[in-house]
Amino acid sequence: MNQIIALALVLFAALLLLALSLRKRKSPAAFREIAAFARLRRAAGLAVEDGTRLHVSIGRGSLLSPRGAASLSALALLRQVGEQTSTSDRPPVVTSGDPAVAALSQDTLQAAYQAAGVAELFQPNSGKLSGLTPFSYAASAMDVARQEYVSTNVLVGDFGSEVALLTEASEREHATIVAAAADPSAQAVLFASAAEPLVGEELFAAPAYMGADPSHRASLQAQDVMRWLLILGLLVAAALKMAGAL
Amino acid sequence: MKGKLVATAIAIAVGLFILVGTLLPFQILVPVRLELLHWAVIISSAAVLVGIANLLNVHMQKVRRREKNSAYSAILILSMSLTLALGVLFGPNGGWMQMAFEGIIFPVEAALMALLAVTLIYASVRLLRRRTDIMSIVFIATAALTIFASISLPFLGEIPIFGDVIHPWLTSTLAAGGARGLLLGVALGALTTGLRALFAFDRPFGGK
Repeated sequence: MNQIIALALVLFAALLLLALSLRKRKSPAAFREIAAFARLRRAAGLAVEDGTRLHVSIGRGSLLSPRGAASLSALALLRQVGEQTSTSDRPPVVTSGDPAVAALSQDTLQAAYQAAGVAELFQPNSGKLSGLTPFSYAASAMDVARQEYVSTNVLVGDFGSEVALLTEASEREHATIVAAAADPSAQAVLFASAAEPLVGEELFAAPAYMGADPSHRASLQAQDVMRWLLILGLLVAAALKMAGAL
Repeated sequence: MKGKLVATAIAIAVGLFILVGTLLPFQILVPVRLELLHWAVIISSAAVLVGIANLLNVHMQKVRRREKNSAYSAILILSMSLTLALGVLFGPNGGWMQMAFEGIIFPVEAALMALLAVTLIYASVRLLRRRTDIMSIVFIATAALTIFASISLPFLGEIPIFGDVIHPWLTSTLAAGGARGLLLGVALGALTTGLRALFAFDRPFGGK
């Protein structure tokens, strides 16, 4: 029974995503303003102007685990941010805690440079594997945040509570922080330690807010539709339970 | 270009196969799905070696260019080489490796964890200075209530009402409900992100 529900949900989500992606709109969908993304757009522009660097830390979510989705979303954001800042005197630097994600971050960054027309400026070492355990990853990423003329730290992906060490290091350097995590405990930590944390599924909205790709916008709209259906389903189930029908 | 198309086609085919194999109860799909997952684990292990080579390369360049704090990079290269040599010579369960884990890695990580506790307290204290709004006040009040409800006082034991009424209500009703809400949102985001990769709208493996 559970498998049938899961299959129906996946099929519905797939059809909705495809329909919304292929739909021709006269104007792009409007989303509510999220202060953290406005700040990130501004920081990316400033980094190019004043010759500083963006540090994008995409966490340690293995693609073989359910946490891989957070890494995929972070890579999509990296693609957008990389394209916007690739012409900076100091190009963006990426750290991650999973080897496969680190390799993909190099590939993504290279694609961003190619799209910006500056493929010759790409440096493979811009995408680094920082460490294989949570704290070694955090310690190494803290070092990057401190030493490499970083003006903005984008901490988006799968983190645990160790992300507080990164936000603390960023604050000490007076760098801008934009942070989002999939794990609820990391979200709680970020709520306390980051100026404008992103909560819940806002992590997955990042690529839609930072770029103009119709598929990212369609994905966000599909999420909204499914969220409302889920809320409706929960309310109906609660009402049925109260009425004794369930 | 051709290589990217092949990579995309392989990724979509394997992704669809795993998804269908997971959701549809066809026994014939199970061994193939498991085999594909084994391949993924092997490739992922090879990626660890590539990642370590990348790490080594980054720090060797730092030392070669005599960048700021390159002494730390030199220590890292030395430690990495020494640990690798010990692992190869004596095996991962050998006495030297155990000593390296118990004498260096565990204490360092434990120290960072202790530092994290202090960092979190400091961050909570500064929260109201950074963001004075209703949510910050609720956050701090909830954290304080949870701490009071969890501690035992000398001679008194658990604080009355906090320990037996407020704590279960906070954790089982409010916190569990909130966490479920967050996780449902994250699950929906993960689903659409996975589908985007499956339909090749996002191709981190093929340069999009």
